[in-house]
Amino acid sequence: MRTGSLLYRALLYLYPASWRAEYGEEMRAAFGARRRDASGVFGVIALWVETLPDLVTNAAAVQWDVLRQDLRYAARTLVRSPGFAIAAVSIGAVGIGATTAAFTMVDHVMIRPFPYVQPDRLVALYQTHTAHGLEWELSPANFRDWRQMSHSFSAMEAYRGVSVDVSGLGEPQRLDGASVTGGMFSMLGVQPALGRLFAAPDDRDSAPATVILSYGMWQAEFGGDRGVLGRTLHLDDAPFTIVGVMPKDFYFPSRDAELWTTMRWRPDAFEDRLDDYIYPIARLKPGVSVEQARTEMVGIAGQIARAYPKELANTSAMTRRLRDSISQRAVLLLKVLMGAALCVLLIACTNLANLLLARAMVRRRELAVRTALGAGRERLVRQMLTESLILSLAGGGTGWLLAYATLPLLVRLIPVSLPLAEIPALDPRVLLAATFLVCATGTGFGLIPALRGRRRAIALELHDGGRSGIGGRRQRLRAALVMVEVAGSVVLLVSFGLLTRALWRIQAIDPGFRAEHVLTLRTSLPMPKYERPQTRDPFYRHVLSEARRLPGVRAAAYTSFLPMAMPGGIWPVEVEGRPEDVANQRTASLRFVTPGYFATMGIPLRMGRDVREGDSHNAPYVALVSEAFMKRYWEGQSPLGRRVNVGNNWRTIIGVVGDVRVRGLERTSEPQVYVSWQQSDNVSPWYAPKDLAVRTSGDPMALGPALRRIVREADPQQPISDMRPMAELVAAETESRRVQLGVLGAFGAVAFLLAAVGIHSVLAFAVSQRTQEIGVRMALGAQSRDILGMTVRDGFELAVAGIAAGIAMAYGAGQLLESLLAGVKPHDAATFAAAAALAMVMTLAGSLAPAIRAVRVDPTTAIRAE
Amino acid sequence: MRNIIKVMDDMRFPDAERLLPLPAVTFHILMALSGGDRHGYAIIRDVAARTDNRLVLGAGTLYRSLERMLGQGLIEESGDRPAPELDDERRRYYRIAPFGEAVARAEARRLTELVRMARASGFARGKA
Repeated sequence: MRTGSLLYRALLYLYPASWRAEYGEEMRAAFGARRRDASGVFGVIALWVETLPDLVTNAAAVQWDVLRQDLRYAARTLVRSPGFAIAAVSIGAVGIGATTAAFTMVDHVMIRPFPYVQPDRLVALYQTHTAHGLEWELSPANFRDWRQMSHSFSAMEAYRGVSVDVSGLGEPQRLDGASVTGGMFSMLGVQPALGRLFAAPDDRDSAPATVILSYGMWQAEFGGDRGVLGRTLHLDDAPFTIVGVMPKDFYFPSRDAELWTTMRWRPDAFEDRLDDYIYPIARLKPGVSVEQARTEMVGIAGQIARAYPKELANTSAMTRRLRDSISQRAVLLLKVLMGAALCVLLIACTNLANLLLARAMVRRRELAVRTALGAGRERLVRQMLTESLILSLAGGGTGWLLAYATLPLLVRLIPVSLPLAEIPALDPRVLLAATFLVCATGTGFGLIPALRGRRRAIALELHDGGRSGIGGRRQRLRAALVMVEVAGSVVLLVSFGLLTRALWRIQAIDPGFRAEHVLTLRTSLPMPKYERPQTRDPFYRHVLSEARRLPGVRAAAYTSFLPMAMPGGIWPVEVEGRPEDVANQRTASLRFVTPGYFATMGIPLRMGRDVREGDSHNAPYVALVSEAFMKRYWEGQSPLGRRVNVGNNWRTIIGVVGDVRVRGLERTSEPQVYVSWQQSDNVSPWYAPKDLAVRTSGDPMALGPALRRIVREADPQQPISDMRPMAELVAAETESRRVQLGVLGAFGAVAFLLAAVGIHSVLAFAVSQRTQEIGVRMALGAQSRDILGMTVRDGFELAVAGIAAGIAMAYGAGQLLESLLAGVKPHDAATFAAAAALAMVMTLAGSLAPAIRAVRVDPTTAIRAE
Repeated sequence: MRNIIKVMDDMRFPDAERLLPLPAVTFHILMALSGGDRHGYAIIRDVAARTDNRLVLGAGTLYRSLERMLGQGLIEESGDRPAPELDDERRRYYRIAPFGEAVARAEARRLTELVRMARASGFARGKA
């Protein structure tokens, strides 16, 4: 009996409290009566079988009725104050949108697993220098030894990026791809979409040439034709048989790889220990940790280094998770973005809170009246909750749209080297988390007015016309929220300022050449065809002489690789008359150039002469060096006539040119050595000049069609790639920074605006609450000036407190940003001063309207209202 | 006579027809209250007796209906209470409102009309 009654009472909690208060007792009495009338165990059971569904369905219906009522009421209320509704929704949307977009990016770049089986068991291996920690590729010989000697891995494979001319598909074109060892794809654990993967036999020296296509290329070039298997594709003029197509979401090693071939090393590929060009990837054996593998590999690299002391001195090995092998800079750029988004979210939440608090004060009377008319506190809470939820959900929806619109703009922050799809999918978890935060803020502060619903307070509220009893505590809370907003916007402003200054500083860096008015393009000569230097010569001569004849062209030249387009091509250097220091061998960046390269690029010739036609295969081998090279070996003396061994030949120095930032604006580069394009004995044809630079007096892109025609005349099969102004190459250096700054600037502007609105609303409210006081003051002789001062002072105090806190936080943020600042001090006084001044101006602007309203108070009306 | 009542109802309660057709439970409750003021459990028993226990209202259904009917003005809470020795102070008594009577009559007319048509089409026995 008693249990039944308790159970019934518990079930009544399915109803809203107001319903329980109204009918709970009666329902229990009615149930009790029926329970008494029920006879026997079966009667009781039958009663329960009937009662349970009756209670549950009716409770749900009652809840639904109340919800519908609340929704209708909330919608009416919001429609009646559209300004508030729009402000609240857009503030929520900005917070949610910014955070979702930023977190989605971070998740995509830093966290999302690669599209392979058990990707967290895959590691990337590098050679490292024991002294300076640089990491670089491996030679096939070392790779073979690493693979044979290690026990930590169930498989170890290698790849290298390749770029090939593809012909036989309409216009010849140049595509990126990778050359892999036979077991690579099986190790990654992927299945082909069509055909088969490579196997060990495909990778043998004598194996027929085979190629696997990416899904994208299969669709673009073959329209998804399933009969593509077995067809022949010409890569650099050599026939390759198509054996497979990879699935849609497969990317390896980077997003832009379109096709894959096998290494097919010849026996002589294993002769040179310094022929470093492959990247090994391995899969850890079950139970082996990355640390264990790392330790083992350091030991193995040490053993090999001792066996080849001349080539491999100071060489060790690095092992790290494949997922972690993205640049620290890309990570930091994203972290900054995420921090800024969080800042915006914080500011949005505080602003929302502020807005709701202000509204709460305005609605005190409405709620007091409703309470007096008998609305229970629970009903009011529920009502407010519904209203807040409507606002938050609308904000969430708009925020999602915002994030969706913003993502494509952020994509340029994703390093192309990641094997992931270009546009990340919006992350619903993040969206939910951000929406939840905004909802929590919205409901938390939205409920405050309802929670105050104590009868006595209500009575007071009605009694004194809702004028006094402002709730000094609440006003202080609002002031604190505004301070947080000001502080947050100061942090964003300072970060934006510091990064802007860093960008300016980087853009001001002299790359060592003049990029304006220079058009560049690449004609990578396919190798079996142009293997011998003599065969390449007519091509260069034709292109260069014709290009120079074009109207407006001042100079034209070929080089192995343009600066910034290719940071590699580094060779060890030996200087005549100095004993070779194996342990600390110095290196330089080596380029083969045609005459006029320095004039074309605007690299100053400091001493001696340029390469010329006469520096042929049969003439004495010559070289030009950069100023840094000269300083390194012959500080204060002329290097002309001295001899260096670089690029497998002894060469006499004939000139000195200015230093160039080969590795990019923000990185220090090795000193440079330039040699004649004709003196390339014993050097891989990979160094054969392929990048053409043309200096013109007008718009460089206008030369495009003429240059295409010239190249076609020289060799109709020869594809052209990477045609772009040199200035674009330099601008690409700062691209990700500019995107980041744009985002940060937008975030900063939003935060700034929100903070200004926050200050405005706090002061406007304070003024409206103090109308009587102001009236009395004026009646007692206070001047407009005093009233103005009083209001502005309130705003000023808020601003000073906020700015002080903001500066302290911005100092911390600056420290975290330091590595992105390109030498700008994280405590750069000018930036801080500018940010503080801006924040101050914002405060004053925000307090202006309320101050004017305060001055306009008419003492007689204000006092009469009393 | 019947027509006079209908005309008077129509004049006093022009909205009565809007609530038709009445949910069965509502009509049963109105019928239960036609015999005098009742509290919740009494309504349940009354309906059960009237229908030979074919319709035994659950408390959830009953009170949800009562609340809706209060809102619609079909019934009202009764201030008259029985003698204290018979009363339970937790109980609330309900009585049918004039509007409720008008609606119940309108529903009855609607049902009668329906039955008349059913007879005319041979679905039910009796005189059309």
